Amino acid sequence: MPTFLREVHMKRHNLLDILFRNITRLSAFAVLVLLVAIMVSLIIGSLPSIKAFGFRFLASAEWNPVTDEFGALVPIVGTLVTSAIALLIAIPVSFGIALFLTELSPRWLRRPLGIAIELLAGIPSIIYGMWGLFVFAPLFADHVQPWLIEKLGPLPMLGPLFQGIPMGIGVFTAGIILAIMVIPFIASVMRDVFEVVPTLLKESAYGLGATTWEVMWHVVLPYTKIGVAGGIMLGLGRALGETMAVTFVIGNAHELSASLLMPGNSISSALANEFNEAVGKLYTSALVELGLILFLITFIVLSLARYMLYMLTKREGSTT
Amino acid sequence: MTRLNRFLCIFGLAASLSLAVNASAINLTGAGATFPYPIYAKWADTYKTQTGINLNYQSIGSGGGIKQIIAKTVDFGASDMPLKPEELEKNGLMQFPAVMGGVVPVINVTGIAAGQLKLDGKVLADIFLGKITKWNDPALMALNVGTKLPNETITVVHRSDGSGTTFIFTNYLSKVSPEWKSAVGEGTAVSWKAGTGGKGNEGVASYVQRIKNSIGYVEYAYALQNKMTYAQLKNHDGQFVKPDDTSFKAAAANADWEKAPGFYELLTNEPGKESWPITGATFILMHKTQDKPETAKEVLKFFDWAYGSGGKMAEALDYVPMPEKVQQLVRAAWKAQIKDNKGKTFWK
Repeated sequence: MPTFLREVHMKRHNLLDILFRNITRLSAFAVLVLLVAIMVSLIIGSLPSIKAFGFRFLASAEWNPVTDEFGALVPIVGTLVTSAIALLIAIPVSFGIALFLTELSPRWLRRPLGIAIELLAGIPSIIYGMWGLFVFAPLFADHVQPWLIEKLGPLPMLGPLFQGIPMGIGVFTAGIILAIMVIPFIASVMRDVFEVVPTLLKESAYGLGATTWEVMWHVVLPYTKIGVAGGIMLGLGRALGETMAVTFVIGNAHELSASLLMPGNSISSALANEFNEAVGKLYTSALVELGLILFLITFIVLSLARYMLYMLTKREGSTT
Repeated sequence: MTRLNRFLCIFGLAASLSLAVNASAINLTGAGATFPYPIYAKWADTYKTQTGINLNYQSIGSGGGIKQIIAKTVDFGASDMPLKPEELEKNGLMQFPAVMGGVVPVINVTGIAAGQLKLDGKVLADIFLGKITKWNDPALMALNVGTKLPNETITVVHRSDGSGTTFIFTNYLSKVSPEWKSAVGEGTAVSWKAGTGGKGNEGVASYVQRIKNSIGYVEYAYALQNKMTYAQLKNHDGQFVKPDDTSFKAAAANADWEKAPGFYELLTNEPGKESWPITGATFILMHKTQDKPETAKEVLKFFDWAYGSGGKMAEALDYVPMPEKVQQLVRAAWKAQIKDNKGKTFWK
């Protein structure tokens, strides 16, 4: 090829390259701009409420649209508690699922089981909500809650968490439904990362006489720590923001109660319930501020998780 | 013959095309209350087959309806809670009642049939205040001599979303219980003292059906369609009445619409032997000064038609049509209050 032709060719390539680079850069920055824009509009929207209530908003359990007195304590607690219950149930179960799928399951069962879990992740949340309300809650109220109230209710310390009347709906039910919803996410991520552990590592451990549990706990889990934490974060993110399913079963009461069996409220379900009909500037603004708080909670929780992970890897580096 | 056929065919096509153009030229939009949505949708559907005029109603909630009509993004707004005359004045709006309905206390207590339980306003308020917590409370026993009430805890179910239904219900409780008025008050959303919240009438209905020993309140239509156990209420005149269209109509007939400025009239706790005490109307909001009088006129025509020939449809869906007398008042108000931007009235 003559030199000048090659130059033209290269020039064209260069041009395309620059174009491509800029397009990708634009897309990446668009995300940042969107994030900032959402943040700014949330802050502007919640200014009247911030001015009226200040930090009292975070600590007050009062929610009275008639007198325009608002506090976010009940929904904040509800959001955190339901997500915590969800993770407490979902992490061990997902770990079990992933362990079974990668180590113990017969080969022919792996694919159908894996696909079933992925399908579970694709079910719209409203279906979980309706199933929770129409199927799970009545069963829970008739068969599980009376037992919980009778056996655990009188216990010291733990007791107050399980007192009340068996209604089927409430904070605990919401936590369980959330757990079912986040299990597919956590489990499928865990399975994927467990699968990339080099066979060499595992077989050396087996060769040293380790049991399956020991291999999982001492080889696979440390190797895949970051991926597993990522999966849990994905699940937590979904649990914190989940709206429809929670709205169906949490009971939607702006009331602070020690018992997990009593109705409560979460930030996202308060928004879903009340935004449409919120009349008055302060009411709307208080709801927007709730949205801002959810945004901040998600941000703080995810950054904390990142930080923990960072400290973990750093400590590991210093010990070895 | 074939030529004639072809001619007819083309003519027909042209006619239908021009009709389509005409129809698409008139497109009325409204938004607001969810409670009257079924009847507005039914009216709009029938009206379209009769006139070709398309009316699109979005049930986004009363609060949303008020916001949208103030922002002029819709031709009319709809709200279950009437705006106070000064609010109407401030935003240059006028309102009129479209159709009525009743709010009904519903219960789920084993062994108690529909219409068997009797309540009065004070007891109902005390239950929702969380002061009466057992079904065999002396106050409940005194109202229901001869009915066996269980020794079970009452679970209160209320609306979790803001709602005109809640407004009518809390307005009634405020009228009959001074304690309710000072502790909770009235509004589309209030600070509940007891119980759990369901989203929408259907949410409350399904919670009450699922939670044993519960009590809630829903629009009459929902109670009827879900075959729920409703309670009797003691009305203003001290009579126990059952919720049905006779008792709703009785309440409406006893209301004094003529003396209500801007149709701000709440039908709760109306006098009259047969009046159901928790009755309410749902309202339409329109701007007094219309930039597009042609569209506004079509909206008025629609509601004029709904008053005239929509009554049967309303009754079939368990709503109560407005009495003839009130309809005349509303038509007079259209004539007097709604004007185009040159200050001329256009409703005759």
